[in-house]
Amino acid sequence: MSLFEARNVTKMFGEFKALDDVSISVPEKCIYGLLGPNGAGKTTLIRIINQITGPDSGELYLNGKKLLPEDVEIIGYLPEERGLYKKMKVGEEALYFAQLKGLSKAEAMRRLKYWFKKLDMVDWWNKKVEELSKGMQQKVQFITTILHEPKLIIFDEPFTGFDPVNANTIKNEILFLRERGATIIFSTHNMASVEELCDNITLIDRGKTILEGRVDEIRNKWAGSEYEFVFRGDVKLHENGHFKVLSQAFENGRSTIRISTTSDTPTNEILSNVMKSGNIISFNPALPSMNEIFIRVVESRN
Amino acid sequence: MSKISVIIKREYLTRVRKKSFIIMTILAPLLMAGFIILIPLMMVSGDKDYKKIAVIEEGSNLFENVIPDTKDEDFVYLTNVNKNELLKTFEADGYYGVLYIIPEAVNSPVLYSKKQPAIGLLDHISGALEKEIEKKKLQDYNIENLDSILKEIRTNVNPVTNIVDESGGTTETSTGIAMVLAYIGGFLMYMLVFMFGSQVMRGVIEEKTSRVVEVIVSSVRPAQLMMGKIIGVALVGLTQFMIWVVLTIATVGILRTTVLKKTDVTEISQNITQSVMEQNQAQVPAVTQAAEISPELAEFSKFFDNAMNQNWLLIIFSFIFFFITGYLLYASIFAAIGSAVDNETDTQQFMLPVTIPIILGLVVAMGTMQNPESSLAFWFSLIPFTSPIVMMARIPFGVPAWQLIVSMVLMVITFIAFVWAAAKVYRTGILMYGKKPSWKEMWKWLRYSS
Repeated sequence: MSLFEARNVTKMFGEFKALDDVSISVPEKCIYGLLGPNGAGKTTLIRIINQITGPDSGELYLNGKKLLPEDVEIIGYLPEERGLYKKMKVGEEALYFAQLKGLSKAEAMRRLKYWFKKLDMVDWWNKKVEELSKGMQQKVQFITTILHEPKLIIFDEPFTGFDPVNANTIKNEILFLRERGATIIFSTHNMASVEELCDNITLIDRGKTILEGRVDEIRNKWAGSEYEFVFRGDVKLHENGHFKVLSQAFENGRSTIRISTTSDTPTNEILSNVMKSGNIISFNPALPSMNEIFIRVVESRN
Repeated sequence: MSKISVIIKREYLTRVRKKSFIIMTILAPLLMAGFIILIPLMMVSGDKDYKKIAVIEEGSNLFENVIPDTKDEDFVYLTNVNKNELLKTFEADGYYGVLYIIPEAVNSPVLYSKKQPAIGLLDHISGALEKEIEKKKLQDYNIENLDSILKEIRTNVNPVTNIVDESGGTTETSTGIAMVLAYIGGFLMYMLVFMFGSQVMRGVIEEKTSRVVEVIVSSVRPAQLMMGKIIGVALVGLTQFMIWVVLTIATVGILRTTVLKKTDVTEISQNITQSVMEQNQAQVPAVTQAAEISPELAEFSKFFDNAMNQNWLLIIFSFIFFFITGYLLYASIFAAIGSAVDNETDTQQFMLPVTIPIILGLVVAMGTMQNPESSLAFWFSLIPFTSPIVMMARIPFGVPAWQLIVSMVLMVITFIAFVWAAAKVYRTGILMYGKKPSWKEMWKWLRYSS
């Protein structure tokens, strides 16, 4: 069952169509990647989910029911453009955001203590925000996003500004949140983290959905015509009518070569063709990275 | 606690805790009280601005000692002095200027000085000389007992103003008091609306540039955030105003019992009101000299009665009403501007059209004090952008009820319309970065659907 659904959402800014009949369906307890080049309409869609702006047409459903203004209290949002009041004390500011999400002061205090302890931030409570480093501020923002235990959490580029250690901490917290039953919409340009974290994705370009589905299914589908050979020794393959060479690399006594088949030639025929060139160690269908899929899909539209 | 009250609380507390707020709140009434005490002190001591003026005459001594000294100027009649010599040395001799009278051209004496003399000094000289010349001309008619006749016919006229109400009853009033109240009311309104309105704008810009706004509007509606800020700042303004009033009264009280033990308090109060009347109303009769005031307590108590005859309830109610509505009107415009720009320097182009009506209101309000019945004052006290300031300047002089009601109704309609429009511009503006803002752009945002 899907926790969140957007059906045929369209949004205009004057003459500009920011979203054109976009639909997404986010299954419960999954991490859902929202991808797309700059200016594709991701932020607009996220703002619509958060009810910061309303769609011109289309419908939004949370838990099978129409999205209501009160639902902001079960949604958590970490925007890409985020900031804190610089002059406020860290603890007070965290309390403020928690209260805006509908928590009582006492309850917010109790939960903040838990999180500040867990993420090693207890000493920061009485510091002013401007005294913290950027990464530290991001951590505070992360906590304020999830403190009210939202059922739906939207992270827009959550890892920017973090060092690898802290990025890993945050990644583990995100996985932990899902385990505890939260559903996560995750928007990023970092395709490696999409492969690592996301179960499903939607790719938006210029206001339109151009790709959607489970990450493994998408990669398998795009793998259809690509294969990877590993040879012992320095081996070069030459293109012929059956395949194109995508990349060749010689490293540590092994050659890794990727090809894509250009016709419906059976793999056996290609194999027997290539076998003459050298000693094959392995032959696999190559799963294209999300990065490659992203670039190819978007460029094919230009 | 509802979300808007959470916002109001934050806006209020962060501002009230600021060092600049605490310093301003404490310092301003001290300065104010200082002025209130110092001005009459300076007037009592009198010789602060003391000037000596030499009077010489060409070839005769008809006007010897006819110009009386005033509290600021001494007139020294010199004989047997060469005018050209004196003009070279008068400043070194301690004179402010030289008055040169030629009996053949007595209508145009010449005052030589290093600086342009004040109009009051010229009035004093011409008054004294005119009187003397008239006296001399009268003497030529050889009237008997001329001196006693002249003494007897000398008259001072002090018009007493009475306001007649509908039932025909009359209340004695004071134009001086009305002017002071008009001035204070108009100016305070201008200051408060402008000061706290622009605080709202700075707050909005801070939220936008620090990018904190997007997180907040995912929890509350933009209009709630805007109104929370506007109300929070208004409460800061009212708090500061209240502390000012209390502290000013307290400081005056303390200074009165310590610094000014010897001086009669009523004397000081009278000096203040007197001086204001002198400044504002050239034709206030019989300029009372500081030294003569003390025994005239009766006059002071009359003055005080006149002050109490003002409709204080109406003034205070109107002030609060026009402050709240005027502030809401301007603060919402300021909030919309703050939402449209990326930083404070970009606000310049928008500030002018907003500042003009406020300044215009102040200018008209100052003119109102001279002529409260003018049609200019009438129209500007109805137009919502200037009415808070101009109406406050008119009320002490009496305003027909229908005009007050029309002005208030227009004010309410306008502020509601502007808060509504500002909320729409604000909603789009706070999430818009890197766009060169313009009025046209803001008009477009106004018409976006939510």
